[in-house]
Amino acid sequence: MAFSKDHELHTRRFGRNVSLAVVLVGLIGIVFGLTVVKVTSGQPMEAFDHAPRLHMVPSEEGN
Amino acid sequence: MSDTSINKPETGDAQFSDFFALLKPRVMSLVIFTALVGLLVAPGSIHPFVAFCGILFVAIGAGASGALNMWWDADIDRIMRRTQKRPIPAGKVTPNDALAVGVALSGFSVVLLWLATNALAAGLLAFTIFFYAVVYSMWLKRSTPQNIVIGGAAGAFPPMIGWAIVTGGISLESVLMFAIIFMWTPPHFWALALFMKSDYDDAGVPMLTVTHGRRTTRNHLLAYTLLLAPVAVGLGFSAIAGPIYLAIAVALNAWFIKGAIEIWRRDEMQAEADNYKVEKAFFKFSLLYLFLHFGALLVKPALSPFGLGGW
Repeated sequence: MAFSKDHELHTRRFGRNVSLAVVLVGLIGIVFGLTVVKVTSGQPMEAFDHAPRLHMVPSEEGN
Repeated sequence: MSDTSINKPETGDAQFSDFFALLKPRVMSLVIFTALVGLLVAPGSIHPFVAFCGILFVAIGAGASGALNMWWDADIDRIMRRTQKRPIPAGKVTPNDALAVGVALSGFSVVLLWLATNALAAGLLAFTIFFYAVVYSMWLKRSTPQNIVIGGAAGAFPPMIGWAIVTGGISLESVLMFAIIFMWTPPHFWALALFMKSDYDDAGVPMLTVTHGRRTTRNHLLAYTLLLAPVAVGLGFSAIAGPIYLAIAVALNAWFIKGAIEIWRRDEMQAEADNYKVEKAFFKFSLLYLFLHFGALLVKPALSPFGLGGW
């Protein structure tokens, strides 16, 4: 079965839709990149979660 | 939607480039450049990707305010020759679409700048958009001949935002960068108003040329140029500049003052006789003036790895 011919509206808006798609893909890339940068180069991400962990206990040296 | 309705070519069936034109790309390029300089001269460091995103969001925010300005000013843009080809008066984008783009991109840019950098940078961007769209476009532009004097603040914030992206604060240096653009805006626009003759008059925009006449505009243009010079040269003694910036600033301001004096000494008959040659040259040079000042600020960060460039 052959596809029906594109409506004139679709051909007219094709360029606009492709450009919008490129912008949206770029946005995904930017948010992903920012997430990677924030997670890998930020402060230590591990916080207190009510379960004692030895490496998170403050050092008592010098007391 | 009936089939007949989609067959009908609609006004506002805009292409992507028409929406991009709503963002005032030429103004945006100046915003990008000055914000980037503010970011590069700021003390401290920032991840290059975060810096890139920060500048991108500032540019999008500036573009959003441009779209809101075009939405609000569509009626006068239809009258002025200079603005008749903008997307709304040209019938390419509907006013409602322009408003939607402006509001959506404003929120988007501020929220993402906050998430990517810090609250102060995002707050300054939000205030810039508000200042340009509401304070300047909706209020000052049609109500006072001081419109571009006060409205110039909107264009002056980008280097402060760039600085805040890195430091999370405001300092004397970032305020001086703001002050240069703030003080530069009136002579820049008044030179334009002098040779765009009847445009603002026809649109009923109370530019100084319309309300107080051309002689007064020439006086004010010289006064603001004289006030601008100490600010621009004074930045040369701050921590972000050095002797090279200072030398460039002195030369540029001497040339700018010379141009302003020439404009001040002319009357309308002389200007008409040579088709506003001096005013047009001053306007063109004013763009170079700003570009070279901010370009000169980059000398220090470029040379500092070699122990040169600063005081």
